[in-house]
Amino acid sequence: MEMPLPDPAILAKKSSLVERLRAVLPGDAVISDEAETRAYECDALTAYRCPPLCAVLPSSTEQVAAVLRICHEMGVPVVPRGSGTSLAGGALPTADCVILGVARMNAVLETDYNNRFIRVQTGRTNLSVSGAVEEENFFYAPDPSSQLACAIAGNIAMNSGGAHCLKYGVTTNNLMGVTMVMMDGTVVEIGGAHLDAPGLDLLGVICGSEGQLGVVTEATLRILRKPEGARPVLMGFDSNEVAGACVSDIIKAGVLPVAIEFMDRPCIEACEAFAQAGYPMCEALLIVEVEGSEAEIAHQLGLIKEIAARHNPVELREAKDADEAGRIWLGRKSAFGAMGQINDYMCLDGTIPVSELPFVLRRIGELSREYGLDVANVFHAGDGNMHPLILFNANEPGQLELCEALGAEILKLCVEVGGCLTGEHGVGIEKRDLMLHQYSDADLEAQMAVKDVFDPQWLLNPAKVFPLSVSQARRAPRPAAA
Amino acid sequence: MAVKPENEAELSAGVAGARGPLRVQGGGTRGFQGAGELLETGGLAGIELYEPGALTLVAGAGTPLAEIEAALEAEGQRLAFEPMDHRGLMGTGGEPTIGGVVAANVSGPRRIQVGACRDHLLGVRFVDGTGQVISNGGRVMKNVTGYDLVKLMAGSWGTLGVLSQVSLKVLPKPETQATLAVEIADAGTAVRALSAALGSPFEVSGAAHAEGQALVRIEGFEGSVSYRAGRLAEVLAPFGAVREVAEGAALWTGIRDVLAFHGVPGDVWRISVKPGDTAAAVADFGTGQIVLDWGGGLIWALVPEGTDLRARLRVPGHATLVRAAAGTRARIGMFHPESAPLARIAEGLRARFDPRGIFNPGLMSAPVGA
Ligand SMILES: Cc1cc2nc3c(=O)[nH]c(=O)nc-3n(C[C@H](O)[C@H](O)[C@H](O)COP(=O)(O)OP(=O)(O)OC[C@H]3O[C@@H](n4cnc5c(N)ncnc54)[C@H](O)[C@@H]3O)c2cc1C
Repeated sequence: MEMPLPDPAILAKKSSLVERLRAVLPGDAVISDEAETRAYECDALTAYRCPPLCAVLPSSTEQVAAVLRICHEMGVPVVPRGSGTSLAGGALPTADCVILGVARMNAVLETDYNNRFIRVQTGRTNLSVSGAVEEENFFYAPDPSSQLACAIAGNIAMNSGGAHCLKYGVTTNNLMGVTMVMMDGTVVEIGGAHLDAPGLDLLGVICGSEGQLGVVTEATLRILRKPEGARPVLMGFDSNEVAGACVSDIIKAGVLPVAIEFMDRPCIEACEAFAQAGYPMCEALLIVEVEGSEAEIAHQLGLIKEIAARHNPVELREAKDADEAGRIWLGRKSAFGAMGQINDYMCLDGTIPVSELPFVLRRIGELSREYGLDVANVFHAGDGNMHPLILFNANEPGQLELCEALGAEILKLCVEVGGCLTGEHGVGIEKRDLMLHQYSDADLEAQMAVKDVFDPQWLLNPAKVFPLSVSQARRAPRPAAA
Repeated sequence: MAVKPENEAELSAGVAGARGPLRVQGGGTRGFQGAGELLETGGLAGIELYEPGALTLVAGAGTPLAEIEAALEAEGQRLAFEPMDHRGLMGTGGEPTIGGVVAANVSGPRRIQVGACRDHLLGVRFVDGTGQVISNGGRVMKNVTGYDLVKLMAGSWGTLGVLSQVSLKVLPKPETQATLAVEIADAGTAVRALSAALGSPFEVSGAAHAEGQALVRIEGFEGSVSYRAGRLAEVLAPFGAVREVAEGAALWTGIRDVLAFHGVPGDVWRISVKPGDTAAAVADFGTGQIVLDWGGGLIWALVPEGTDLRARLRVPGHATLVRAAAGTRARIGMFHPESAPLARIAEGLRARFDPRGIFNPGLMSAPVGA
């Protein structure tokens, strides 16, 4: 994955930049020592690393504004960072950038149960937002698997989803307002505790803009009362096609589960070996979870089991208690860990129309054989968001490139059947160069026009999302240094 | 130029060749007059794809809403965001189109549970002010590929581009609904009752206050609805005697379309605030008749002609003038002023997407209070 060459003029003014940053931030909030900046050299796409010029850890919106004003004046690119769990390289630095981390900004600013929202600083982790409202039996719905670590900042930037978004939606559907600092240091408030902002839906375009439009420092999030209960059922099938048809039938029947997770054989085998969740060995496994009171759960699961029975499942297992529910989820939740144990892996994130599931899984199998790399599939089936995991050996020369080539093929396949390159992880650098498979030049031009308005000099996370060749004219030459 | 293009190519050519301002119109049910040549989208009609098993529907922007609703009904599905029909309130005719619904981000009572129109919009195709065709999003449920221009287009009132096609997420229609009512006169107490219901685990899909009654709706499978109705009756009991309304479905259509103000003279404003601020806001208005939706967060206010409620709104939120004489609309504008930096961003975006400023000029950016 190509990254732009660092600008020597910027590298040359490191010391004056650091001096100016130290003047507006507490002493320990500016990290410029080369050994220490290594802590920020990558996100969860670890194949790509580059230490930044320096990193800053402001603790307030005002400090963020002060940092951005300085970088703006000096023409230095800024890469915002939450917890660095992006799988797309969204938080990958360039050698001439400042990493602006919001990790120290993790306070809860306001909790309002009557009006059902919470306002937090965006460095707060996803899980600890739910944690802050748990005692009143409320929760924050979007639940990425990385929720223990990832920050609301990154969730907003990537418009992250989770297993339960079939019912509750992704980040954008649960975000009510933000405080954001523009690249020139201007602080803007968008939305808030009321619904819908006046004027254009700027909140909608900021969510998912991958840190390219502004640095989000505070967020108002919708919180919901927890359901009375939830219970999963596990179903095994002897083909992907049949499992796919079952998903479609469940949805058509008017049952709206909170989650429908799908695992194929390679994934089942790896998870079982890793977590011993007691999964049946079959071609495809579905975990379907429903919510409500005991009677409501029983009714919905009854309907689901009836539908499943029509598809001759090889296994149908309903959780009888919390312990069994935990075991059903155990394997699914450890899927990435399991893969990490046996191999290096690359996690894709394309989305396809649910009806194309069987065809796409078959094609992925063929491609996997062609490239000689194993692919395990685990994904959110209800909304067609696939996570093929390509297994490879990073120590073997050429394997990473082979894996990336296979990944690109699979993502192009997703686009061909009417889907998209990424359902929840974002484009970052990983899918940047595939954007022209999904969008025309004019489509990308329209998106870049939005960035032109928010960040005319293209200083915020400039080398992401758009193919470098497409954004070239906008990124360079950078404005003359101050 | 083609005043009523039959396809996207004609639309594109028409916009590119336009010599002056264009007034973009779907069904014309909002009764805008405004300057410029009329550009009707009604020719861009038809459902292009509907996959009930994938919960998705793709249609031309000029497709009548009624046609979409009928197709969904046949499969036991619906547009969950419950778009209102403006004709009764506005005293207009015409046929509401899906493009008009999207362009104004029209969302009804279920907004509090399932989100707004924009939350169900999966993809758009539109023609920008230079005639360029642009596509964003797609027809899948989850999509973070590039910037979300889909949201930007929803609620842009045709000022950034003319929609040619929209893809929507649809949802199953529930088996049944139930509506509970409690007599409550004042807005403050009503909002507290609605908040109690919305803060329960019983999945309220409508929470309104109209004509002295707080109303709470639940939907789903028969057994589940009757169970939750029972539990919600307990939650609401401290606020007064709870009864179940017989004609629930019709009642919610009336809330959605603000039936209470149909044919009643006066201007109609739509105000969005935090529900907890509603009582204070209503007191500050000092005049008029009120209907509350969205748990109290949406205030419909019927006020004497020419009253500018924006000036009286002292809590955070915003007010939109929905119904007024053309002269009043032209004089004071419809929308709430934005903060200076946001207004600058909005103007910047309009200048990019519509460099000649030909789409509905002044509709969203008219000087307020001028
Ligand atoms: C094991 C694992 C499982 C995962 N599971 C899921 C999942 O189920 N669903 C899912 O959607 N994702 C998942 N992810 C991906 C990742 O966790 C999400 O993208 C997450 O939202 C990133 O948050 P972060 O705080 O770590 O952001 P970072 O990685 O720090 O940054 C991500 C992006 O956000 C930008 N950004 C960060 N802070 C700000 C800010 N303050 N203002 C503006 N932009 C900012 C960055 O520039 C970057 O582009 C997973 C990742 C891992 C490693």
